[in-house]
Amino acid sequence: MGRYVIRRTLTLLLTVLLTSIIIFALTQLLPGDVAKLVMGREASPSEIDNFNERFGLDKPMPVQYVRWLGGFLTGEWGRSYIQGNPPVRPLVTERMANSLRLAGFTLLLAVPTSILLGIGAALNEDSWLDNAISIVSLSVVGLPEFVTGIVLMNIFALGLGWFEATSLVSDTMSLLDWIRILALPAITASFVLIGYITRMTRASMIDELKKSYVRTATLKGLPRPTIILRHVLRNALLPTITVIAISIGWLMGGIVVIENVFNYPGMGSELVSAVEKKNIPVLQAITMIIVFIFALANLLADLLYALLNPRIRLE
Amino acid sequence: MATPVIEARNLSIDYRIDKQWLNAVCDIDLTINPLQIHGLVGESGSGKSTLGLGMMRYLDSNARISQGEILFNGDDIARTSLSQMRSIWGKEISLVPQNPLDSLNPSMRIGKQMAEVTMLHMGLSQKEALQTAIQALEHVKIADPEQIIRHYPHQLSGGMQQRVMIAMALSTRPKLLILDEPTTALDVTTQAVILDLVRELIKEEEAAALYVSHDLGTVAQLCDYVTVLYAGEVMESASVQDLFAKPLHPYTAGLLSSLPNANHGERNSRLSTIDGVAPSLAERSSVCVFAERCPVAIEKCHNEKPPLEQTVGNRLGRCWRWQEIDSGDIIPRNKPQGFITENNQKEKSGLVLAAHTISKQFGEYSLLDRLLGHEKNYVQAVQDVSLGVGHSMTVGIVGESGSGKTTLARAIVALISADSGTMELLGTPLPVELNKRDKNALSQLRMIFQNPNDALNPYQTVETTLGRTFKVLSKENPSATEISERIEEVLQAVGLAAAYATRYPNQLSGGEKQRVALARASIANPALIIADEPTSSLDVSVQATILNLLKDLRAQRGASYVVISHDLDVIHYLSDWIVVMYLGEIMEQGSSEKVYELPMHPYTEALLSAIPVPDPTARHGHIRLDGDIPSPRNKPTGCPFHTRCPRYIGDICKHEAPPIRTTDDGHQIRCHIPLDDLAITQKQSTPERTV
Ligand code: SF4
Ligand code: SF4
Repeated sequence: MGRYVIRRTLTLLLTVLLTSIIIFALTQLLPGDVAKLVMGREASPSEIDNFNERFGLDKPMPVQYVRWLGGFLTGEWGRSYIQGNPPVRPLVTERMANSLRLAGFTLLLAVPTSILLGIGAALNEDSWLDNAISIVSLSVVGLPEFVTGIVLMNIFALGLGWFEATSLVSDTMSLLDWIRILALPAITASFVLIGYITRMTRASMIDELKKSYVRTATLKGLPRPTIILRHVLRNALLPTITVIAISIGWLMGGIVVIENVFNYPGMGSELVSAVEKKNIPVLQAITMIIVFIFALANLLADLLYALLNPRIRLE
Repeated sequence: MATPVIEARNLSIDYRIDKQWLNAVCDIDLTINPLQIHGLVGESGSGKSTLGLGMMRYLDSNARISQGEILFNGDDIARTSLSQMRSIWGKEISLVPQNPLDSLNPSMRIGKQMAEVTMLHMGLSQKEALQTAIQALEHVKIADPEQIIRHYPHQLSGGMQQRVMIAMALSTRPKLLILDEPTTALDVTTQAVILDLVRELIKEEEAAALYVSHDLGTVAQLCDYVTVLYAGEVMESASVQDLFAKPLHPYTAGLLSSLPNANHGERNSRLSTIDGVAPSLAERSSVCVFAERCPVAIEKCHNEKPPLEQTVGNRLGRCWRWQEIDSGDIIPRNKPQGFITENNQKEKSGLVLAAHTISKQFGEYSLLDRLLGHEKNYVQAVQDVSLGVGHSMTVGIVGESGSGKTTLARAIVALISADSGTMELLGTPLPVELNKRDKNALSQLRMIFQNPNDALNPYQTVETTLGRTFKVLSKENPSATEISERIEEVLQAVGLAAAYATRYPNQLSGGEKQRVALARASIANPALIIADEPTSSLDVSVQATILNLLKDLRAQRGASYVVISHDLDVIHYLSDWIVVMYLGEIMEQGSSEKVYELPMHPYTEALLSAIPVPDPTARHGHIRLDGDIPSPRNKPTGCPFHTRCPRYIGDICKHEAPPIRTTDDGHQIRCHIPLDDLAITQKQSTPERTV
């Protein structure tokens, strides 16, 4: 197991390092001259030189990369290109905290629900319940998020007034305030996840139920619920862990549409605006964070998988 | 007479397939008396597993009992509720399944899985149950059971896993044990030990057992009473002595005489066969189910189904003609057609294939291993193997799992490249790498595989498959007529009608596919064909036809063969020269006669002793090997066999590689014991079985 952890961690670091190079290279390829774009068309050549010097854009590419990576690792994430040049870090960490809140709340809603639905469907394979769950989870996956988002908003925020329609976030908010804000975007995101995770759980549960060790357990005379809880669940949920890990990455950076519908200040929407404004320091920082969290979630999932699976743990 | 432990009457089980109920086992009468081990034999598709599990009222989700009753403890368990079955399962009837690894929960410790049963049925606390598990493991002769209960299934060898299953099944002292092909996944030396154990424990616990198997050898050695199943029906049922001494049903007679050792080492005669194939579920007829294949069928057989009736003594049989068979008026089996006359190419001098000191390692040594300072972790799959194959000769390579026999075969045909060593084909050097071999080498050296399903392209007709191979391997560009002539010729040689040319693999039975594979291998007249377990995926009755075919082909065409098998009977029947391998090394090689005579290598001796002879009067040999085959990863030092050798003579076996001792006729034995001494001790004594 020790060897396994070391190997996985090394792979993680290597992945993140490689992606950092890719991210850096790609941001250099964005069309247009950064200084001109940021300073405006009328900027004089000396103003542009000045800008380039201030942000180190006059140095050769590898030097820029090393500097940037070094800065990133030591917490010096640079300054934003937009007016006033505020430092990038507080901005990004705040967005990250918001995204983490939303991701956490979404998983809290989606994971238990979908696992229960998946198990329910698998245990009643081909019954009306199974069919109902399959149809609902399939159609929910198919619905575009902005449709679900807007429908939910119209009913529960604008109509019933239970939740907030837009997300005005402040430092002094209570947990209840947070829930009122997070509820609708989280439910919207959950819809997508529930579709995936339910079907995954159902499939692996059905697979597992067909295995010979379930027959052995049955022929020991164990009651069905004991067989499911003690023998099948643990093995059946292993693949689900991986799906959950992947969805963490998606929740952190991939739900721009949902963030926009609810005006939620998460990382996704900030990422989009950074791309639009060619605000490269912010763009790089956010992408790095997303990559890192994604890789970390995968690592944790792998380790958890190994921990629950003696064939890997005791390799 | 004692009341039976379990009794099935008129039992039928159906499967629902494509919205239709199809009958899988039909009208079964089966009685198991106390202390009896009852064998249930049949080939694949006979319904033996369905019936075996059905006897304990365990049915697949698409199966049902459509008729009949199963009496157990005076109750008809075919009708009881599932919740009542739960108090019988695991307590009064237990199962020992075919594949122990799949049958154990991969993520639960052995102890916990075992404890579950006794906690449930005997009301033990977890602590007591674990204690009971330890005792049960001691009972099945597992060393260090305190350790084993903390292991997970994958950490144990196949033999150990099966011992765990047996210990678990017996831990509640059930009245009846159902053994569903319990040794099929094991090596023959392990199988012998497990069967001894089963026999001993069942007697000791005063239980009864139903032993489901396709293997007549193990049935003869283990069972008291036998029921033969074919196409879902009981053909015949008798005590093991009666059944093997005098089968009264043509199917049983056919099965017994198609075994490769049925003609007692008479290697020049053909095996008798059962022609045709067993009917599928949908094709079961309402007349005698065996009529299509029966060599003594009469008109009545095709019109009326014979009843299952009492025949001689208290035997049961289902055949219209059992009286005639009993009186000896008819002989109910295919007479093997004459002797096989060999052509005399054998006199040709020189070797078809010579291999010198072939070695092959597997294993990786990654950057990370290097960084972490790990030892190299190679598997020495084949080590310094040298052998020669003469003209028109069959060399048989026999060995258990991990012996390296398949690796060796693959290295010869260059599916993998040997690490070191040299080879010559017909006197010219044969490169170890495939891409360095020329067309001539490729066409002279062909291979057939264990599983014909994987070897044939499912989207090509037989004709296309054969034609392409012929075109690719021919020296001159053959014309279309030449190709189709040649196809017709080889199909005929392998006993397939010309109509087969246009069929796709899914329209062929297992045996027919293997014939096509043979046809493809021989289409370009190779000098040597390597056959890797050519019959091990086939039923015995089909195996016999393929073995006959291999012999015929050699006799007619004079090609040489290297046949690889775990089955010593198959090897003995086919081969002129036998090579015995263990953990990647040759332990013994010699002519077929010499290898079966004393002196023999202690491993060969043990292997022969472990073979279950399909004759209940010939009791098993007595040599049993301790422990399991070591992993080739941690190969023992000195003599690789020293960890299990019953003739071990001391430290020298542990530390020094034994010398090759050769006699005049080329018979080689690798052992520290001189050949004369070996012969003397082997004649005198069976070694004490160390426990
Ligand atoms: S009933 Fe007829 S066909 Fe069937 S086994 Fe007997 S002799 Fe053969
Ligand atoms: S060398 Fe020793 S251990 Fe090896 S087979 Fe001979 S007696 Fe047995």
